[in-house]
Amino acid sequence: MQASTKTPSGKSSHVSRQVERSRMRAVMNNIILHLHPTRVPASALRLTYTWGLGGLSALLTVILISTGILLMFRYDASVERAYASIQFLETQVMFGSLLRSVHHWAANLLLVTVFLHMLRVFFTGSYKKGRATNWLVGIALLLLVVSFNFTGYLLPWDQLAYWAVTVATSLLSYIPLIGNALTTFLLGGPEVGQATLRNFYAIHVAVLPALLLLTMSYHFWRIRKDGDISQPERDDKVLKLTTIPYLIQIELAAAALLITSILLWAMFVPAPLEEMANPAHPPNPAKAAWYFLGLQELLLHMHPLAAMMLPGLILLGVALIPFWDTRSEDIGIYFRSSTGKKIALSAAVLGVVLPIVLVVLDEYWVDFPGWLPGLPTIVSNGMIPLVLTMAGLGIIYWSFQKLFKGNRSESTLGLVTFLFISLITLTIIGIFFRGPNMALIWPW
Amino acid sequence: MTMSTINKALSSEAEISRRNFLKLGAGVLGGLALLELVGVGLMFLEPRSLEGEFGGVVNAGPVDSFPNGSITEFPAGRFFLIRAEDGGFLAIYRRCTHLGCSVSWKPEQNQFVCPCHGSHFDFYGDVENPPAPRALDTFAIHIEDGMVKVDTSRPQTREEFESSQFVYA
Ligand code: HEM
Ligand code: FES
Repeated sequence: MQASTKTPSGKSSHVSRQVERSRMRAVMNNIILHLHPTRVPASALRLTYTWGLGGLSALLTVILISTGILLMFRYDASVERAYASIQFLETQVMFGSLLRSVHHWAANLLLVTVFLHMLRVFFTGSYKKGRATNWLVGIALLLLVVSFNFTGYLLPWDQLAYWAVTVATSLLSYIPLIGNALTTFLLGGPEVGQATLRNFYAIHVAVLPALLLLTMSYHFWRIRKDGDISQPERDDKVLKLTTIPYLIQIELAAAALLITSILLWAMFVPAPLEEMANPAHPPNPAKAAWYFLGLQELLLHMHPLAAMMLPGLILLGVALIPFWDTRSEDIGIYFRSSTGKKIALSAAVLGVVLPIVLVVLDEYWVDFPGWLPGLPTIVSNGMIPLVLTMAGLGIIYWSFQKLFKGNRSESTLGLVTFLFISLITLTIIGIFFRGPNMALIWPW
Repeated sequence: MTMSTINKALSSEAEISRRNFLKLGAGVLGGLALLELVGVGLMFLEPRSLEGEFGGVVNAGPVDSFPNGSITEFPAGRFFLIRAEDGGFLAIYRRCTHLGCSVSWKPEQNQFVCPCHGSHFDFYGDVENPPAPRALDTFAIHIEDGMVKVDTSRPQTREEFESSQFVYA
């Protein structure tokens, strides 16, 4: 009896086993409570407040890291062997196809959940009241997730991989002064080749995971530090529930649901693999992965430098939102107010209609280089459309203030909603309405 | 104040400044070491063209094997060798000047066509249809002992085609 309490793993009596179990439980709870507050406001548990999107993103990264490590054992980062090793995985390796498929779809889904999580944080004004830093950390996470996907899809060395990376890195070479050096450095040479594959592989499996884990840990710590999840300001006392079991139950259920859905989806929809990369012949149309098609659409309308500066400036603006909209009264309320709801709805409609109109106009009518033949294309097809677009955004913001009497918080909501919805509209145009030679087509 | 406390004060002052000096020194050395590490890292990662990858001098063949007004593709060298009606040679790099896709020669249209964003170029590589911002790049050509040699190590950029770009046998 006495001996067994001293050596917990030895043959033990009924009592000490119980002691051991409760110790284990204390450790588990401690881990959980490191990541969570002990008690949470009942309203923060409402699924329709956060939609659990941050937590789902975190779970997806865990899935990605574990499937990714397994894939590393079978993948060969050489130009001659990469494609073959994927084919081997798909056809010969037990569960190889499933594993690759889970990794592929989890990566795609992560982009979606991170984007939606960002929308949720934005729509509830949760970047206010001391949360500016975490908003910036979030932007860093978004960029990391995008870089993960970008470096990851070169690895199978198929046609999509080769040409998407060729186009995207050529884009960088338009950055004044450092562009060419940067591109050559990333590619490890003048064109996408063996050195590029090595570079991207090392970045994908070592550099980015390290950065992501560090940044994510800071993100989580910061949430606690900033006083937990945002809540509407209230005078009355809020009802608080203990994290264990209320929050944990919800989280476990959501996790189980997510894992099941991904597995099922991956079983029925294998990850795509195109023909092996052929440096002599791009496919036609040469499209990037679906989540980049909204940005690729810009390339069809503007000089590459402008097509890069526009999203760059917008991202910078989005990063600075917490410093512009510091009105804290409406934190935690979806769409700020009833005025805010009206503005957001009009902005969403505008975000569907305006990009479509502009794309069609530009395809069939607008031709700045033709109208202004004396100017270099970087001005006529670059700076002019860029300045016009920025001016248009200014007008949109201004009209929300004037027409709807929106305050700073509500008008910002309107402008940014317009931008988010426009990105989605452009992405849909890129996915479904662009055919051979990237001409507009009707898909049905 | 006794002599000894003054001495003490002096010596402790000296110690502090020595400590500060060491701190400063360590900081400077640390900074230098960091810079060196960055430098070493960058040089280590420097672009490397592997053996056998493109970038060398390609021997395209004897001058006479290219009739006037012809175009010949060299897939491994990544260029098209053009011989104009007057016998001038031009080696055109197949990389589209817009965003790097490979152009193909379409004889029926008498054009180079890029499938990625629809740029077209004429026989001499001049832009016929944007978004490509400038004519296709070229490679230097030397004619030695009746052989056409194309140096693919460094593409030469040009705004547009000029007849001075031709090389004659
Ligand atoms: C890998 C990507 C990310 C992960 C795993 C992640 C995870 C989380 C989690 C678990 C929460 C708790 C609340 C919730 O579930 O909604 C949260 C909150 C937050 N996230 Fe993220 N996030 C990511 C990316 C982002 C991005 C892209 C942004 C915005 C630019 C962002 C900004 C914030 C902010 C400001 C909060 C505090 C919200 C509040 O107080 O209500 N995060 N994040
Ligand atoms: S890469 Fe050739 S048109 Fe864009």
